[in-house]
Amino acid sequence: MTGGSGSATGVTVALPHPGASRQTPLVRLLENERLLAGLLLAPTVVLLTVFIAYPFLMGIWLSLSSTSVGNPGKFVAFQNFVKAWNDSIFRTAFGNTFFYTFWATIFKLALGMWLALLLNRHFRGKRIVRATMLLPFIIPTVLSTFAWRWMFDPTFSVVNWVLYQSGLIVTKLPFLSNGDLAMWCAIVVNTWRGMPFFAITLLAGLQTISPDLHEAASLDGANAWHRFWHVTWPLLKPVTVVVVVFSIIQTFADFQLIYVLTGGGPANSTHLLATYAYQLGVNSGLLGEGAAISLFMFPVLFIVVWVQLRYIRRLEGA
Amino acid sequence: MVIERRWKRWVFFYIPITLFVIGTLFPFYWMAVTAVRPDEELYRSWRAAHNTPFWTLHPTIAHFQDLLARTTFLHWLWNTFFIACASTAISLFCGLLAGYALARLRFPMAGALGTSIFVTYLVPPTLLFIPLADIIRNFQLGNTPWALILTYPTFLIPFCTWLLMGYFKTIPKELEECARIDGATRFGAMVRIIFPIAVPGILSAGIFAFTLSWNEFIYALIFLSSPEKKTVPVGVVSELIRGDIYFWGQLMAGALLGSVPVALVYSFFVEYYVTGLTGSVKG
Repeated sequence: MTGGSGSATGVTVALPHPGASRQTPLVRLLENERLLAGLLLAPTVVLLTVFIAYPFLMGIWLSLSSTSVGNPGKFVAFQNFVKAWNDSIFRTAFGNTFFYTFWATIFKLALGMWLALLLNRHFRGKRIVRATMLLPFIIPTVLSTFAWRWMFDPTFSVVNWVLYQSGLIVTKLPFLSNGDLAMWCAIVVNTWRGMPFFAITLLAGLQTISPDLHEAASLDGANAWHRFWHVTWPLLKPVTVVVVVFSIIQTFADFQLIYVLTGGGPANSTHLLATYAYQLGVNSGLLGEGAAISLFMFPVLFIVVWVQLRYIRRLEGA
Repeated sequence: MVIERRWKRWVFFYIPITLFVIGTLFPFYWMAVTAVRPDEELYRSWRAAHNTPFWTLHPTIAHFQDLLARTTFLHWLWNTFFIACASTAISLFCGLLAGYALARLRFPMAGALGTSIFVTYLVPPTLLFIPLADIIRNFQLGNTPWALILTYPTFLIPFCTWLLMGYFKTIPKELEECARIDGATRFGAMVRIIFPIAVPGILSAGIFAFTLSWNEFIYALIFLSSPEKKTVPVGVVSELIRGDIYFWGQLMAGALLGSVPVALVYSFFVEYYVTGLTGSVKG
């Protein structure tokens, strides 16, 4: 900003706004708050409209049509939904999705809370332990799930080896070749992967709680459990609700873990909505039916998001 | 401080935290051991004599050599890296501008727009992949990195916007007002005053976005088809399993090599990553 101070005659003019004299029309336009906001938001709005809103509407259209690969299809109203509902594999996938989400979320919350409480204490090597704890969350899920699949291998499972050597089992457990057991294996892997997310976000919440509160409670004779239940938990509840909602959405819509671990098998017994939609929509090319199955996720996701928004509003209002 | 006895500290602290560390790290250890274990040891009966399941006395790099010789693994690494960087850059650009507008400017519909960006944040890719595959085909983007570079921002931008909006709100308004009294334009104040202060927030959002795109699977699986154009997760899944045969040594070698770059980035920026992670869920 050289303004008018550098004139050769030595006459300096004190300008309150040295830049004002050089304002181009564009700069003046950018001073308009509404216009600037529109410009700044344009890239985001365009991208999200083209790649989220438009596909969403198109998905609804596809789900109401008999489109498949190479066949434009026609409007069939709710036939795809009815057909899915009468399909026994779909029923299994639908039930599995709730089962998987419910148990995985419970385990992640319980273990994550426990780990957060442990990490909230002072000990040597705290930073490095906290950093390693996040590794399952950082490493691509597909790659770590392969390690788990190898650990659950029918013939060479290391888990079986350990159980056998310690005398807990006499024959190999069919981890991934039995439908029920395979579902629990998937829940274990999902818990392993998602628990650090719970732990670290809850830890961040814990660190905002003043130690004085705990000291006061213990002076009043509260034991560890009472201190947790009456001091920590009420203060931690807002962040817990948000983390649980995020996790429910991610788990409910999970795809990659099942795709790699079981591929939906054995005999289609471990499909989730997303993997079954993939099987029909991409592998079999039935775009209409696949889109309909994906959309079965929508009501649940919608309710969860709605609850979350209401909860945030209430917190902000309070 | 609350005082506790020594045995209690062991039972309630050292033992549980050790179990957590072992449980967390064991799969990675197993990945590494498998990657360097020769085939005849990998596929040996588990009741065989002299079985040393937890380590190997004959480490080999054969699996890594096979992996590099038989697949286009280095291409996959480069693709993943390039796509992650490009989509992170796009998301940061959009997120910075949008975050600033939502945090600082007054305009009609600001609240509604903020809420809808937050809601798109919660839309999982698995809800949209079938119609999106159709759209990508129609745009002639199938089997190009652009299919991913343009679609990854759909889940990265909302997150970046949300995080940076929160960050901008913590920067005092007076700083900008001072700059404007000194003659800076609104746009100039944003770029020269506010953005430099927000560098830690930008780093957090960037690191988090980078790891998310390195992790992404379903879009990459559907939009890319030629072997040399794939990303690491998709390449490992589709090229290292032939029929029903799993090449476990190469698979684990690939998994290990594919994890190292993202783990390195993470280890350099742990604090920023944690800020991004915890910021990602704060309203």
